[in-house]
Amino acid sequence: MGFLFEDDNFALFRDGFLQTIELSALSALLALLLGTLLAAFRVSPVPVLRAFGTTWVTLFRNTPLTLLFFAVTFGLPPLGVHFSHLVFAVLALGGYTASFVCEVIRSGINTVPLGQAEAARSLGMTFGQTLTLVILPQATRTVLAPMSSVFIALPRNSAIAGAFSVGELYSAQQTFSERGYSIFAIFFWVACAYLLISATVATLFRFLENRLAVAR
Amino acid sequence: MTESPVQDSTPAAAPLVVLSNVNKHYGALHVLQDIDLSIAQGEVVVLIGPSGSGKSTLCRTINRLETIDSGAITIDGRPLPAEGKELARLRAEVGMVFQSFNLFAHKTVLENVVIGQVKVRKVPRPEAEKTARGLLERVGVAAQADKFPAQLSGGQQQRVAIARALAMKPKVMLFDEPTSALDPEMVNEVLEVMRQLAADGMTMVVVTHEMGFARSAANRVLFMADGKIVEQNTPDAFFTAPRSERAKDFLSKILHH
Repeated sequence: MGFLFEDDNFALFRDGFLQTIELSALSALLALLLGTLLAAFRVSPVPVLRAFGTTWVTLFRNTPLTLLFFAVTFGLPPLGVHFSHLVFAVLALGGYTASFVCEVIRSGINTVPLGQAEAARSLGMTFGQTLTLVILPQATRTVLAPMSSVFIALPRNSAIAGAFSVGELYSAQQTFSERGYSIFAIFFWVACAYLLISATVATLFRFLENRLAVAR
Repeated sequence: MTESPVQDSTPAAAPLVVLSNVNKHYGALHVLQDIDLSIAQGEVVVLIGPSGSGKSTLCRTINRLETIDSGAITIDGRPLPAEGKELARLRAEVGMVFQSFNLFAHKTVLENVVIGQVKVRKVPRPEAEKTARGLLERVGVAAQADKFPAQLSGGQQQRVAIARALAMKPKVMLFDEPTSALDPEMVNEVLEVMRQLAADGMTMVVVTHEMGFARSAANRVLFMADGKIVEQNTPDAFFTAPRSERAKDFLSKILHH
């Protein structure tokens, strides 16, 4: 267990940990924004937008994440799109998670009684106002529980980025393995780090659930 | 009174709401059949009829919560736009009160009455709040301004819903069975607000089963059955001497029990 505090191991582990957090946080932000936008597309009155949302969800939710990382990392540069490995990883992970966020939000939208939207429209609100002022705030409450599952899965999915030149936790594990430390000890610390991230996310969502529960 | 309906250059004689040859189908069901209806400024029209006769649907077509298959609807001389911002603008001028209140559950009572003014009419918030408090006072729920809708009785919620619609200074108010979801002892407090509104000269279309309200507040009673306007008359004439068999049958069922 003690290997972590030998040589520069801790620095490597810490950098991997922070990189995982950075990758996860950026992907989560992208997923939340893009997912909400996609959900709005999927319930919008415009057929083209609905089709776009449906296609995105079908494509990204049903493709293995590793394949998406391949597609982004090796598919975009030939098209003239050049970013750092981290940005490519954020695009793949964020785009993938956005499809799940979209469906969670859409299910939340469907739990808000139709009368709420009718009342908003009858006041003269536009589609965007109805969605952002009336529907989404009420959907938020029901959406939190399934959303926490999505965002707990996200940091763990981010491990795939380690195979695509992002120096995060999982790639730190590979380096430690190559240095010949005990597999059990390495995975113990890596698992602890992921557990810490997941537990933090879960706690955050539980806090939000409690906060929003009283606001009715 | 500051909340009187918006007056404009339209001559008083010109009808405010005109439906001509309106048809609508729900699949095979022909729910509105060749509806022609013209409602004058300040007129209170009550729609009655058996359930499934199309009266709620007719009411909802006037602000296009229900689309129509053919025919035309104009409000204040302008045809009802199909969708988008134009439709939103027009809906702001047509108040709607629903059977199930549909107050915004996540907003306080005051905020329910403020939000449309601020977000749609772009009224400055202090002014909107002042208007809202005045309207809540007028419908008798000023003391509940900071509560959430779920904390109010049905009758109070419906009165807030009326205040919310009035806050937009609508040209016409639509009431879709406003008292049907209320406990009996709360029906009158809502009807009283509506009577007051009618007396103040608001143009109103009311779908209701409250024959007492139809008698006392309506200028005209429309009797609908099977998607058609079967009979229309003044309340007195209609209730004392209905002409059609359908209306006689309907009235005998609801008035003598």
